Amino acid sequence: MTTTAEGPPVGFGRMTRKEDARFVRGHGTYVDDVRLPGMLHGAVLRSPLAHARIVSIDTSAAEAHPKVKAVITGETLAGLGLAWMPTISYDTQAVLATDKVRFQGQEVAFVVAEDRYAARDALELIDVEYEPLPPVPDARRALDPDAPVIRDDKEHQSDNHIFDWSAGDKDRTDEVFAGADVVVAQDMLYPRVHPAPLETCGTVADMDAITGKLTVWSTTQAPHAHRTLYAMVAGIPEHKIRIISPDIGGGFGNKVGIYPGYVCAVVGSIVTGKPVKWTEDRSENLMSTSFARDYHMHGEIAATRDGRIRGLRVHVIADHGAFNATAQPTQFPAGFFGVFTGSYDLAAAHCTVTGVYTNKAPGGVAYACSFRVTEAVYLVERMVDVLAAELGLDPAELRMRNLLRPGQFPYQTQTGWEYDSGDYPRALQLAMDIAHYEDLRREQAEKRERGELMGIGVSFFTEAVGAGPRKHMDILGLGMADGAELRVHPTGKAVLRISVQSQGQGHETTFAQIVAEELGIPPEDVEVVHGDTDQTPFGLGTYGSRSTPVSGAAAAMVARKVRERAKIVASAMLEVSPDDLEWEKGRWFVTGDPDQGRTMAEIALAAHSTLELPEGVEGHLDASCVYNPPNLTFPFGAYICVTDVDADTGQVKVRRFIAVDDCGNRINPTIVEGQVHGGLADGVGMALMQVIAFDEDGNCLGGSFMDYLLPTSMECPSWELGETVTPSPHHPIGAKGVGESATVGSPPAVVNAVVDALKPLGVRHVDMPLTPAAVWRAAQGRPLRTDLAIT
Amino acid sequence: MQVPAAFQYERATSVEQAIELLTRYGPEARVVAGGHSLLPMMKLRLAQPEALIDINGLGELALIRVDGHELAIGAMVRHADLLASAVVGEHFPILRDAERVIADPLVRNRGTVGGSLCQADPSEDLSAAFSALRATLVAQGPGGRRTIGIRDFFLGPYETVLDEAELLVEIRVPIRSHASAYRKVERRVGDWAVVAAGAVLEISDGVVTEAGIGLTAVGARRFVAERAEDFLRGGRPDDEGFAEAGRIASQECRPTADQRGPVDYKRHLAAELTTRALRAAAARAEGQEA
Amino acid sequence: MRITVTVNGEQYTRDVEPRLLLVHFLRDELGLTGTHWGCDTSNCGVCAVWLDGTPVKSCTVLAAMADGHEVRTVEGLAQGAELDPVQQGFVACHGLQCGFCTPGMMMTARWLLDRNADPSEEDIRKAISGQVCRCTGYENIVRAIRWAAEHGGGARTADAGTEPAPGREEVRA
Repeated sequence: MTTTAEGPPVGFGRMTRKEDARFVRGHGTYVDDVRLPGMLHGAVLRSPLAHARIVSIDTSAAEAHPKVKAVITGETLAGLGLAWMPTISYDTQAVLATDKVRFQGQEVAFVVAEDRYAARDALELIDVEYEPLPPVPDARRALDPDAPVIRDDKEHQSDNHIFDWSAGDKDRTDEVFAGADVVVAQDMLYPRVHPAPLETCGTVADMDAITGKLTVWSTTQAPHAHRTLYAMVAGIPEHKIRIISPDIGGGFGNKVGIYPGYVCAVVGSIVTGKPVKWTEDRSENLMSTSFARDYHMHGEIAATRDGRIRGLRVHVIADHGAFNATAQPTQFPAGFFGVFTGSYDLAAAHCTVTGVYTNKAPGGVAYACSFRVTEAVYLVERMVDVLAAELGLDPAELRMRNLLRPGQFPYQTQTGWEYDSGDYPRALQLAMDIAHYEDLRREQAEKRERGELMGIGVSFFTEAVGAGPRKHMDILGLGMADGAELRVHPTGKAVLRISVQSQGQGHETTFAQIVAEELGIPPEDVEVVHGDTDQTPFGLGTYGSRSTPVSGAAAAMVARKVRERAKIVASAMLEVSPDDLEWEKGRWFVTGDPDQGRTMAEIALAAHSTLELPEGVEGHLDASCVYNPPNLTFPFGAYICVTDVDADTGQVKVRRFIAVDDCGNRINPTIVEGQVHGGLADGVGMALMQVIAFDEDGNCLGGSFMDYLLPTSMECPSWELGETVTPSPHHPIGAKGVGESATVGSPPAVVNAVVDALKPLGVRHVDMPLTPAAVWRAAQGRPLRTDLAIT
Repeated sequence: MQVPAAFQYERATSVEQAIELLTRYGPEARVVAGGHSLLPMMKLRLAQPEALIDINGLGELALIRVDGHELAIGAMVRHADLLASAVVGEHFPILRDAERVIADPLVRNRGTVGGSLCQADPSEDLSAAFSALRATLVAQGPGGRRTIGIRDFFLGPYETVLDEAELLVEIRVPIRSHASAYRKVERRVGDWAVVAAGAVLEISDGVVTEAGIGLTAVGARRFVAERAEDFLRGGRPDDEGFAEAGRIASQECRPTADQRGPVDYKRHLAAELTTRALRAAAARAEGQEA
Repeated sequence: MRITVTVNGEQYTRDVEPRLLLVHFLRDELGLTGTHWGCDTSNCGVCAVWLDGTPVKSCTVLAAMADGHEVRTVEGLAQGAELDPVQQGFVACHGLQCGFCTPGMMMTARWLLDRNADPSEEDIRKAISGQVCRCTGYENIVRAIRWAAEHGGGARTADAGTEPAPGREEVRA
């Protein structure tokens, strides 16, 4: 089943996925599928309170349980120097709480037992006495002078402030605003959501006491970074650590960080001398691992009366939870929020972001957000619609007037980003054509006459992916460049080793196609090895849509190195100068004499043979490389959403969704479309139902799939896709990332559509998620606050 | 993954034996049918019964029968079977409407009608639907069988009048010339109701001779809106009356705020959905599909 | 307690705790790890298997309840080396990405096609509405099931679940 009707492409094009053969048979290997001889099972005891001092922990009853092998507490870890670990934002995070618990669901103790049921039972036998403290669940109150200090463990920390960050030119922006015909402001919340991959996080840690080698099967999107961090945190020599990231049941950013449970499993294995498996349950996943968003934003937009957007001004309160554990490049504490100027030609822009601690789970960047581009795009795309409403202009028309023109690329934004390439008006026009935009507006007008609420929402996004140039981008000092290694065996079959790891993106297929394209051998002949640090070169991992922009480039570059080596070998075979050879897909031939040539397979065999090679040529064709991207890539797209709203119940139906994406050259269009489909469903989910809210006591109100709703097949329409192709000028194969484009671009389209539907009722904005209650209350002019308990 | 605490497991081979087992184990035993309410609570350790009496083997409770002028639904009938039943669809569209929006197809394959009623979850759709229909429940205990009007069955959230050793065996609904409908607002397909309403109308010569209104998830006493029913009885089945019945129903329920919505919204929905269900039932009475 | 369960046509007898969930019985006792679990609360459906010919969520069924009954899992979907048309459809239409929901989706798809050889898009969406996919946006899952219907996948006689479960028939007295 790896061929299409026309046969598989030798390179780019549609082909079925190589990895599917095992998945459809139920033969994937996910972390919880790993079973080792003598393996024990761990379970984490978690805090029921959001903020409390730990008075005492009594583990004696748990230890007496006949199947319990070890009970680990913060005190145990403190003895090993492991009670706290560094986060990837240069903060610290408790592995197991010693002094206080700072969010509901925080890790307090770890039990290792003979089976998973017994481990769970033992949790109930641990007696923890807490002294409750007043919690801070509301980011907007975190900096109140009387707010309790959450991080009293940190010297010099006397409030809940984490950082202030700004971008753009404040004075210039203030000037532009002062001179503008029209200024509109809007508060909006991008609520806390959770990526919720269907496979929860887990690990199997196996410390071999004799060899001193630690092997960790783990749900990680960044196995190499994890290895280095384990070495730094636990002091285990890095060459004695092997991280295996097997099949992963979805990541979406949830599996970037290192969680306390992983560290506990490692310690559990060290303590017991046996392999230890720990797998989260769903509540643990939703309540304790990386959340996303939680941006409280105030936006202002300035424009001329005739609809030229002049400037944007933004202030954000960023809720980072109890520990600043967000994952983003070091110099970017607000991620890439600086791209909030979006896809428009502005005279000036300025933003400030204030990060705060709250008694909520740590995290902040996760969930297909391209390091906060999601929040940035939501902000600007809502502001443009708010402006359109103010000016009485059609939102598509207003965008068309202000989009960057093709001739402006590469484009330097007001906040210092250089967009690589784009043809924005073409993409928007295509989306409008697919949607039959004018017909939709006519239909809407007719329905409004009859009192029916129909909405048409437009959004345009510019993504910023492929982190990143190592000069500017690192995580804990590790530059964000990726390695690749390519071996070509004597018979011409190849093995590509890459540092990025698939959580469903189809790397085993796509990366084989990249090599196939460059070497002219079938993708079937290229085996892709990934997800095992002992077998792959160093790299920072898969998130932020960086696999194709960074590792994809590395794969192409290493294949080109092999191709160049093949040229030398071919020249020896053909007894001509390399300068007299030309490449066509799969073969070097003599210029002017195309019959005289050698295929890659022939060359590979010769490279391993007795053939005498020129001085200084070592033989074989194998090569390796490290790719350090010169810039990010900037995919973009135009989305249109059509909704019907029942004013009397508040129910929203997404009737149509049109998505035109431009991610440069497409390696496997089928896989690209699949990535877009998934992101669109995510966007509908976030816009309509997904939220992790908290009550005033800091209790998490989204701790199970009964409360944290994910979209089903019934909420998703049949997606209507379109594409334009504007290659990235600096990427070796002209590709851009696409993994998160739809997640970035779709939420504002849905919200814009619902607000558009409610326009006759005078509604200008509704915060996500647009649940029936939220929509109905907005229509009543009494909007709900969606991040807190509904009262 | 969350797992239940340990318990004794007994598989009942007959109703009588199930009752014997219940008697033997006493108050710490629970009957398990489909298990789709009980097992999740046990996994969360909100329920820790010492013994589970599994009645899945009781085929005699898994039948849907027309018995004289009554439809008899065995307590072990799965939701999917109630939904698929032609006789139910013909005479009790309110049940078909409700079943279509209860959980999802896989849960409906396993969950049972009797289990749903005995759980007495305030958000459970069938409680309101059968209450609107004025169903009669047949329970069997050590002393034999008794019948209980459904409006006397529920004592409160998660609480019924069943004795410890009593088993719900059958639900009986009179087959009469009536029309019915059920309308629900959910945050997402498969979610519990934000609010739902069921309506049953008997209409004779343009006058409502009997009405049943069931309300889900709004704290309605015994899942019904009696004052609204009283209002409808003897009136004309028209939109104005239905709207007024909805308004009355919304006033006699006691919704509480949660993440599904604030009180004012739920009260509004109680009115809106009651009205819609009544309109749909009346349309069906006219032979129109609604 | 000792239970005997027929899984994919083979009988397995094991001593288990009464509280053992069917999904753990399949995965941990029998090593059939194609069936996954994802949510604890019977919302996500990645644990879907057939019990007596009907798909159920195996995280909310006790292994003890399957004693003496027939279970069919993704490992029993192919007929020997030949993939079921549903499996072929998922490959052909890119109906899976991370693969975690896929076994459950395919078990429901097979069940649907056994009962409705030519399901509409709406029929398919309803059938899988209790199962969450985070990767595909459902589009290609729907297409995969349609593909199977169009490629000989409809109304294939199942090799398991021929025993009618209680309550399948309606008796008119």
